[in-house]
Amino acid sequence: MVEKPGKTAQEMARDHREVAVSEFFEKNRHLLGYDNPTKALLTVIKELVDNSLDACEETRILPRVWIEIKPDGADRFRVMVKDNGPGMTDKQIPLALGKLLYGSKFFKLRQSRGTQGIGASGTILYSQLTTGKPTTIIASTGNGKTSYYEIMIDVKKNDPEIVSHQFIEDGKIWHGMKVEMTIEGRYVESRKSVPEYIKQVAIANPYANITFDGPNGRVEFPRTANELPPLPKEIKPHPYGVELGILRRMLKSSKSRTVASFLMNDFSRVGGGSAKEICKLADIDSKISPQRLEITDTEKLFKAMQKTKLIRPPTDCLSPLGEDLLIKGLKKEFKAEFFASVTRPPAVYRGNPFQIEVAVAYGGELPQEGSIKVLRITNRVPLLYQEGDCAITKSIITTDWRRYGLSQSGRSIPVGPAVIIVHLASVWVPYISESKQAVASYPVIIKEIKLALQGIGRNLQRHVSGKRKAEMQKKRKEIFDRYLPEVAKAVGKLTDKKPEPILNKLKGILKNYAKVSEDGRGKEKTENSG
Amino acid sequence: MVEVKKKLKILGEDVLKDINQKKNPDIDIPIRSLSNVIYNEKTKQLTLGNKVSKRYLFNVAHAKRFMQTMLVAALCKELQKENIHTSLRDLFYILKKTLPNSDENTFDEQRESDPIIVDLEVMLGILREQLHLNADVRGRVVGNVVIKDMGDLINLGKLGSGGWAIPSNVEDLTLKRVNAKYILVIEKNAAFERLHEDKFWKKQKCILITTQGQAARGPRRLIQRLSAEYKLPVYVFTDADSYGWYIYSVLKYGSISLAHISERLGCPNAKFIGLTISDIDEFKLEDFTIKTRDVDIKRAREMLKYDWFKHPAWQKELKLMIKRKIKAELEALSGRGLRFMTEVYLPRKIKNKDFLP
Repeated sequence: MVEKPGKTAQEMARDHREVAVSEFFEKNRHLLGYDNPTKALLTVIKELVDNSLDACEETRILPRVWIEIKPDGADRFRVMVKDNGPGMTDKQIPLALGKLLYGSKFFKLRQSRGTQGIGASGTILYSQLTTGKPTTIIASTGNGKTSYYEIMIDVKKNDPEIVSHQFIEDGKIWHGMKVEMTIEGRYVESRKSVPEYIKQVAIANPYANITFDGPNGRVEFPRTANELPPLPKEIKPHPYGVELGILRRMLKSSKSRTVASFLMNDFSRVGGGSAKEICKLADIDSKISPQRLEITDTEKLFKAMQKTKLIRPPTDCLSPLGEDLLIKGLKKEFKAEFFASVTRPPAVYRGNPFQIEVAVAYGGELPQEGSIKVLRITNRVPLLYQEGDCAITKSIITTDWRRYGLSQSGRSIPVGPAVIIVHLASVWVPYISESKQAVASYPVIIKEIKLALQGIGRNLQRHVSGKRKAEMQKKRKEIFDRYLPEVAKAVGKLTDKKPEPILNKLKGILKNYAKVSEDGRGKEKTENSG
Repeated sequence: MVEVKKKLKILGEDVLKDINQKKNPDIDIPIRSLSNVIYNEKTKQLTLGNKVSKRYLFNVAHAKRFMQTMLVAALCKELQKENIHTSLRDLFYILKKTLPNSDENTFDEQRESDPIIVDLEVMLGILREQLHLNADVRGRVVGNVVIKDMGDLINLGKLGSGGWAIPSNVEDLTLKRVNAKYILVIEKNAAFERLHEDKFWKKQKCILITTQGQAARGPRRLIQRLSAEYKLPVYVFTDADSYGWYIYSVLKYGSISLAHISERLGCPNAKFIGLTISDIDEFKLEDFTIKTRDVDIKRAREMLKYDWFKHPAWQKELKLMIKRKIKAELEALSGRGLRFMTEVYLPRKIKNKDFLP
């Protein structure tokens, strides 16, 4: 038998070519959250809404967001998201939206919703992949000029492909952006759905005014706060928090002339002394240009950066919602009788600052039966999927809620009329995957979440036990209201007296004994009468 | 009875005194559980110790029982006043009612009112019968005895196959004539009927009494009176298992829950005729035994610890049962022949005085 000769090395080399990021993601769309039609529709809405809110907050505009989902044939939807944000200059539009991994957020660290530069362009890619149609973008910066684009993405080149471009000159002065596209998807209204997501966005962003016009009608989420939380400060990455791949890219794109100045300029908490120490430990020349560092040297540099003792990163770059806004958000959607919140001081995981805040709503009209509702929020973005893998869920189930007045069997979500919202704010949220649905379980993150949960737990326990006490008092009064007339009648019969005066006296004693006999559970006391 | 009426009134007045002094009214109730029951070696009786529990009105855990105690006491006073009797069941139904503006009843079950009646007995030192309360009728008797009950003369040997049903209150009947050598107390009705049909009581000159299970107060008091007033020996005949033996011990020494009236109900001279585990070998009953259940063994282990079962003969029987894991009912004797019990077993036991203490 003669074997067919295999490929030669030359032939193989001809087959090799660079795979554009966009092409890679076309083939691996599940990584971005497009694994099924239901989730895909949610991901599109999520990415576009994230962008709108980020843009508004960055320019200190109180967000006003319109979301529209209308059926467009079988399994297809026309999706539109519009905001009152800063808009975008005409030139910027195709690049910002038609190219993956293009973005201003990548090498700066700041607490924001999107970070990777794939969110919005990912939605355009998904739209053209499932329907073959271009995405319409209309934007204006408030200068009287409105740009109109129809964009697709050239998958091989990872470049925008402009299908249509024109200016609308109707003289209208406005700022903001509107993105409209047709996608394949499935619309549901269950637990993990677009309406649930928007509801949670409204809770986590109580200063935003959101209108949702869905297949089953319109829902308004008015804002309940008129102030934006402070703008998070931008920081440079801390050497402990950087990954090798990112370090390589930073080295390549650095404007510094030496490795030492690169370390000092592009990282936080690195001074002249630390820079020299890192280079010495890595055994590389500190005066060499960062662009010319060999791959093996880069690795050595990376290791040295982890080993050198450095001050912790600054934490004033974080912007938590604050206890007030958290509670306002919860009050907006839940009619509960008791609210409490706890904001932890900032902490650091692997060189990245983060901060935990937690709030609880309890009782009132919340359902008595079933597990409590848990809202997982990262940088003001609700997470709906992969709850089992998430550090937030793990922290909740490993907290003993029975001591805080909820019931719980083993390590599970507690049961009771309560909603708990956990917000993780960080310059870099450690998601377990690119679809950003679960927080990785760093011990320090779990520890912080649990401390915050215990804080609200103690508040909750005080409320619940106070409530129980009041109920006990009421029950006790009712008991005696029922028994005393019977006792009075019986004692009257035994002593041949009228029952009414006896009852009046008993009622008098009851007032004095209102606080007594707390040992209400007990057996009758045993005494030795001798 | 004047005395009972007075005691009930004093109970009410004590409570009223507390009320008038603006105190939390309380009543003292002697504890009726094993922890407060003493076995008196000399009198061979179970008697009540002096531990008392206090029942308060203004204590959520006590309040309901306090109210119930007052309701029962008040009804008892009415029974005295009108001089009428009623049953435990009837008392429960008279007092059961829904409290105004609630879903709560004064009493939900007879199991709630019965112990309150015993509380009153112990508290006031009077008998249930004196409170004009009767239990359900249980237990029958046959024998050469004439009694007088409510003016009627009754010959207990001339009442046909059923014998005489023993009323719950035998305090007021008089024993007119008793012609017997001993009393045989039988746990089970079936064995009683066999002995009656075989005219065992005529041949043996004895009185047959069946308790139909754990003895009620009527039969216990009747046995006690017959035995005490006519100096008759009492022989008790039960299944060979922990429950049968306990029935015997209640007849002889009194019971834990009614330890306060042991002297009126107990027959310290009673003897146990059978069945025993040893009988199984002696009378070749092996083929007619039953395997014990876990509860039988558990009960036997408890009884091993009771002071009134400390006699070596009883310790031996209890341990035998635990070891061999078998028990025997009276019916096992019928396995040896339908008249084996009347013609062989009982006569031989009595002739040989083969009793357990």
